Parts: sequence; structure tokens; C-alpha cells
Amino acid sequence: MSVAVELRHITKRFPGVIANKDVSIKVETGTVHALVGENGAGKSTVMKILYGMQRPDSGEILVNGANVNFKNPNDAIAAGIGMVHQHFMLADNFTVLENIILGSEPKHGATIDFVAARKKVVEMAAQYGLDIDPDVLVEELGVGQRQRVEILKVLFRGAKILIFDEPTAVLVPQEVDDLFKALEGLRAQGMAVIFISHKLDEVLRVADEVTVVRQGSTVAEVKSKDVTARQLAELMVGSELPKPSTLGHTRREEITLTLRDVSIATATGSRNLISNISFDLHAGEVVGIAGVEGNGQAELVEAIMGLREYTGSIEFHGSSIDELSVAERHDLGIGLIPEDRQRQALMMSSPLWENRILGHQRGKPVMRGFVIDKKATIESTRTIMQEFDVRAPGPDTLAAALSGGNQQKFIVGREMSKVPALLVASHPTRGVDVGAQGAIWDVLRKAREKGMAVVLISADLEELIGMSDRLLVMLRGAITAELDPTKTTPEQLGSAMTGAV
Amino acid sequence: MSNSLTRKLSPSKIGLAVAAPLAAAVFSIIISSLAVIASKKSPMEAFTTMWDYGTEAGSLMEVINTATPYYIAAIAIAVTFRAGLFNIGVEGQLRLGALFSCYIGAMFVLPPVLHVAVVFIIAMTFGGLWAAIAAYLKVKRGVNEVISTIMLNALAGGLSAYLLSKHFALVEEGSNNLQTKELPASAQVPDLMPLLRKFGVEDQPGGGVYGMFFVAVALGLIFWFVVNRTRFGFELRASGLNPIAARVSGVNSKKMTFLALVISGAIAGLAGLPEVLGQTHSYNLGFRAGIGFSAIAVALLGRNSAGGMAFSALLFGFLEVSSRSLELIDIAPETYVIMQGSILLSAVIAYEVVRRFKLTLQSNELAKVVQP
Repeated sequence: MSVAVELRHITKRFPGVIANKDVSIKVETGTVHALVGENGAGKSTVMKILYGMQRPDSGEILVNGANVNFKNPNDAIAAGIGMVHQHFMLADNFTVLENIILGSEPKHGATIDFVAARKKVVEMAAQYGLDIDPDVLVEELGVGQRQRVEILKVLFRGAKILIFDEPTAVLVPQEVDDLFKALEGLRAQGMAVIFISHKLDEVLRVADEVTVVRQGSTVAEVKSKDVTARQLAELMVGSELPKPSTLGHTRREEITLTLRDVSIATATGSRNLISNISFDLHAGEVVGIAGVEGNGQAELVEAIMGLREYTGSIEFHGSSIDELSVAERHDLGIGLIPEDRQRQALMMSSPLWENRILGHQRGKPVMRGFVIDKKATIESTRTIMQEFDVRAPGPDTLAAALSGGNQQKFIVGREMSKVPALLVASHPTRGVDVGAQGAIWDVLRKAREKGMAVVLISADLEELIGMSDRLLVMLRGAITAELDPTKTTPEQLGSAMTGAV
Repeated sequence: MSNSLTRKLSPSKIGLAVAAPLAAAVFSIIISSLAVIASKKSPMEAFTTMWDYGTEAGSLMEVINTATPYYIAAIAIAVTFRAGLFNIGVEGQLRLGALFSCYIGAMFVLPPVLHVAVVFIIAMTFGGLWAAIAAYLKVKRGVNEVISTIMLNALAGGLSAYLLSKHFALVEEGSNNLQTKELPASAQVPDLMPLLRKFGVEDQPGGGVYGMFFVAVALGLIFWFVVNRTRFGFELRASGLNPIAARVSGVNSKKMTFLALVISGAIAGLAGLPEVLGQTHSYNLGFRAGIGFSAIAVALLGRNSAGGMAFSALLFGFLEVSSRSLELIDIAPETYVIMQGSILLSAVIAYEVVRRFKLTLQSNELAKVVQP
């Protein structure tokens, strides 16, 4: 076995993310090499450097033993490096074949040689065990199959070193199994696979070697057969893994939130983004909304918060809030942790204390009448930073300078500070480190005991099962199943999410 | 720990605050010198001539008089910049504000202070109404406010010329200047010269300082307070910094867009008044054009902050007034346009460079805090 790619002492500093310091990785051909670490640990930066999207400040990159210097991803592709992105970049109205050859079409004079292209794609698909129909439109494919198209696309360009950026984040368990089979096929064909993830169980299943990144530096390189998930977690954070769980029933008689036949149509009215959603949510209860991303969860959140027009009715504490504005709903005691923190919850170029005001600008403690109470705001910001372990120099630090996990902790802290009666939590622990994840779960548990109702939306099935009192499965905008989390495994939930049951 | 960090960093922080304007100044001096050299003159001579002329007492008064409308108009523009919008129609709004306040204000006589207040309200109403057209189109129809306000400028120019010549102007024997009826004394804003004399300032030929100077100062203070310290100002800024997050936080984005544009128009309505109420006492064909456009540069250079815009308005006023002396040494006075342009351009670039540098600095500082 030879070394396919090697990073030596890479250092990179840039705004908003902890500096990468002395990162070294060695990936051999015919292996799957996992890169694990908490979000903000610097995994993505390492991969961006390897893929030519960022240039290191110092250190060197070797591909097949030769020193390389990538100016942009094209250089990396030319050197045989391919990236399968987390968010697919495919043209929906093209067939699988067209998508695969897009940008590097085999020519036949002035025309595209579809015959040769098809032959090559079919051969490749068979060789790597990536079974797919080349003539079907991409828009008809599920997430797992789209990913397969992405992989074929990279292989078609001659990649021998494949980077997978959090490939399982968008997949349900069955699709994960298929992906892992494909990875084994790639390994058998002598490819080098770099697998980025923070899901340790998956890493141990699929990887031969594991490199652990912590706070910008590589802290360990281990054989996956020599370690347990717990040991890996300790390498990642130096502490134990928290478990999502809620103890006992704290559900009270009173109903906090009622949805009746809530629907949202597309702009053209051609179909419903969500249709006839109805459920009751009691005080002290957590309802988990499960579903593959893009099946109406975001629209459901927008309806509850009043960010989008809907039909049907929503009641809060027994009275209709259909006519109320976003601000009025906030002020009634509905809290929101939005799914995309940078787009929906922060002013990145402003200091934390100003961000503390966002969403709370209509009352105490940040306001005195119509005037900002700067002193009280800074004090409150400092309290949130302490209670939620937001790691930043102080309330004057710009939001952009924080890592994703710290931004999330700050947002959760900000929302919990008003003690909401209902919390709509969209992926509350996405991208936060293990310690912070445990802390956030703890906060939700305590608030639930005190009677807070929670609508929990998550892609983390363990989080959903562990934290929810009740699970609703959303598929294509409708609730298709209600499950008891105490009697549901992640695999069963995954099946329900794809409509396999 | 954070204290020691702040202390350690303070020299570089001060350095950063000064770095941008300093770099911009140096760069623009180089460019302007090249322009002077191109007309085969000595830059040193040009600058000293400008400085000597510009710092004479009479010139300084003129500088303030030039800067006052710039400042008011720049505040109007800054209101929209802060909200993530761009009211490029200040020129038209201030013209209509001045025209209507002169025409209507001259129809009656009121007690002195009250009359001026009423004239202000008329100017603000018409400036605001004119901007409200763009605001309505933006909110209801999604028409880009930059496009609509530009076009409304053209309309305001034509409309004011038509109204003045056909309806509002007095016909004077033997004069081809068209002007509205003269405002009664109660609507005029007195010159500050009597006040200045008390402080030992001597009369200057053609000198005097518009009373509206104080109005501009007050507007600056109000602007600072409202934008930085009130809920409305916070929501305005949030809408500009991250419109999606602002909406999620409960800001009614349409209402905010509408208000920002209308308030901007209302303030713009006042920008034409310093000269009209302080000197000409009527709206006439010679109404000073271009205030609304220069004010865009003033707002940009001043970074939409009350203090920064005051500085840049005075700087622009100074360049404009002092450059007249260039004629004495045979240099085209329009050189000041090159100076203004190069200052603006270099300032914008310098601020961006410094902003990025600051962010990197903070990230590094953060990395030190986070890493054990």
C-alpha cells in the first residue's frame, strides 16, 4: 500500500474560525480514512485546503508522494482529488447521465458523444457497485440516489482520492447502509476515501484509520479496530458523551399549543408544502418532528412563528394566534431556535451584546421603554455567556468571530433567558460540540420539568428519540405516523421517515 | 483574562481606528497631486493656496454654509443605508420640499418661531410624500428603490420647473428670474452673525452663518440617539445587517422599509432650506443643484455615523470653497472634484481592509481564549 495523499504541518488562520495549527494527515490508497472532530474543530478547513478552496499559510500537501500547490479546486481535480459535497450540486431537470458528464463531456466532433459517455458510466457503476439508471431525471431520485450520482460524477472526472463531507447527515439509516457498501466498493478498487463525520459509530463501522481533530490541530491517528466510540469521543473532547434522555413524564393537563388543519400551499398553489397538520402539545411535553430534511419541517416552524401565511388554525394557551404578528407571538412567550443560525438568528458583524437584543427588542431586560438599556444588556449577555459556556472574550466580541458551536450556545441561551412557555427548537444541537450538546439537552430537560412545551425538529434520530415524549413523522408535508419513542429504534424511525412502513 | 487581553490590544486598536482615515488621506493627496502635476503646476503651491484661502474667517463661514445642507441630506441617506436600502432620490425630495415650503409658507404670516416650524413641516411632508411613492412601490410591488428614486429625481426636476414657471412664480417686470413670493420675515431663519459677534468674531465681506446650522447639529444628535439607542433604531439596523434574522426576530420588514424611506424623504425635505430660509427667502431658478448627490458621498465617507458624516460634510465643504482659490494660480478649480472622488474611493477601500484585519485580529484573540 502506498500513501495517496499526505498533509504535513498545515497551518491556516482566517476570520471566524479557530486557526488550524500543525495539522498532519496521511491517507493510504485502498483505505477509508475518517477525519473526526467537533464542529469548529477545523475539519472543514483541512478539507477545503486539500480541495484547493483555501490555501494554507504554511505546511505542505503531497499527492502520491509529489509536492502540490493547489490554487483552486480545478488543480485538485486535475491531481485526482474529488469532493462529494454535503449539499448536492445537481441539475434537477437533467438525467443522471447528463449530470454525471456535465462539465467534462466526451466530445464527438462538435457534439457530445453520449454513446461513449453512457458506456463509461454504466461500466463505472458496475465496477464500484453504484447501481443506478442513467436515463432517469435527477428530480425523481431520492437523497441516497442523488448522492450516488454525485459520487459517479467525481469518479467520472478521474478522481482517485475522494473526500466525503458529512455524507450521512442527510441520509436515513437504510441509505447509510447503501453508502457504506459503496464506500467498500471504492476501497476494493484501490481508491483513497476521506470520510468527514462526527458520528462516531458510523466512523468505526466504515473507516480503517481515524484522525482526530481538536481545536484546529490533529491530536491522534488511530486504527479504528483499536478504539471504541467512547475512546474516540474522549479524544475529541476529553470528556464523556452525554446521552439525550428525558426522565419521567412531566406532561401537564393544560394544552399549550394546538394546530388544526394547518396547510401552506406553494406560491403557485400547485401543491401543499404542508397539508392538514393537526396536533395538541401539552405543557411539559416535547413533541419530536421526524423527517428527512425538506419534507415540510421548515414550513411548519414558519407557520407556528407567523413567518408565513397558512390556512387552518393555531391556538396558544387556548386562544387563536392566527391574526398575530411574529413579534406578538414572540412576546406571548413563544421562543424560537431557528435552523440556520447565521442567516436567521445573528447579525454577524455586530457584537454579542447587540445580538442579545435581537428577538427581545420589545421588552426587558434589554429595553427601558423604547430605549436600549446598554448596561443591563451587557450584563445579561455576560450571564448568558457564563451559563451557556459561550467561549468568547466578552460581550463586545463580534458574532462572526465565534465558532458555530459557540454561536449556537449563545442563541439557545438568549432564547431560554425569556423563559418561553413554548419553544420551537429547530436542530438545537446541530454542529455543537459534545459538551455543549449535553448542556443544551440539560437546559431543555429542566425547562420541560417546569412546564415548557417543546416542538423539537432534528435530523439526529437519537436526539429525537431520547428527548421526545411523542414522535410525529413528516413526509411530503403531511404527518404520516405517530410513534412512541420508548418503543422506537432509530432504524424503525428511519423507515417511517422514508415511508417504507 | 479578557481585561488583560483588552489592555494588551489597546494600542493596536487605537492604531486601527486611525489607520483607515490616514491611509485614505495619504492616498488621496497622492492622486490629487498627480492631477495638479498633470496641469503642470506645483502641488505644494496648490495645497498651500487652498489652505490659506480656506482657513480665512469668511471662507470658514462659507464652508459651514456649504456643509450644512450636505449634512442634513447625508443623514437622510444614512437612514436608508442603515436599513439596507438606498434612497438616491434625496435630490428630488429636497427640491420639492424647498419649493412647496416656500410657496405655501409665503401665503400667511405666523409668529416667528411657529412660522419656521410650519415651513419645516411643509418641507418634510412634501419630501416624505415624494419618497412615499418609492416606498409604496417597493413594499407593494417589489420595485427596487434605487431605480424608482432615481426616476423620481427626474420627475421632481421637471415637476418643480413646471410648477415654478406656470403656477408658483411671481411675474416681475424686467427680470427673467422666476421666483416664488418672498417669505415673510417670520418664516426667515436669522443669520448667526449677531451671535458670533458676541464671541468676538468680526464681520466678513459676504460672510454669515445660516441659522439652520443649529438644526443640522440637532438632527445629527437625534439621528445618533434614535439609531443607536432606541428600539426603532435597533430594528432599522437589524433590517440592514441581516433582513432575514430581523424578520425572524419580529421586525415587520415591510413596515420598516416603508418607514425608513419616508423618514429619509422627510429629512431630505429639510436639506434645501438652509439657503432658502437663510439667504434667498424664496425658491428661484438658481436653487443649488446637486446637494442630494454630493450627500451620498458624504454619507459613504462618514460611514453613516453622525460624527463621521459631520466630519465629511465639513471636509467636502472645505474642498469646495477653498478650491475656488486655485483659479488665482491658474489651476482648474474642478480639481476639487478629483480630490473628493479620490478621498471617497480610498476611504471606502481603506475601511474595508481595516474591517477585515479587525476580524482576523478578533479571531486570533478568540483562538487564544478558546485554546487551553
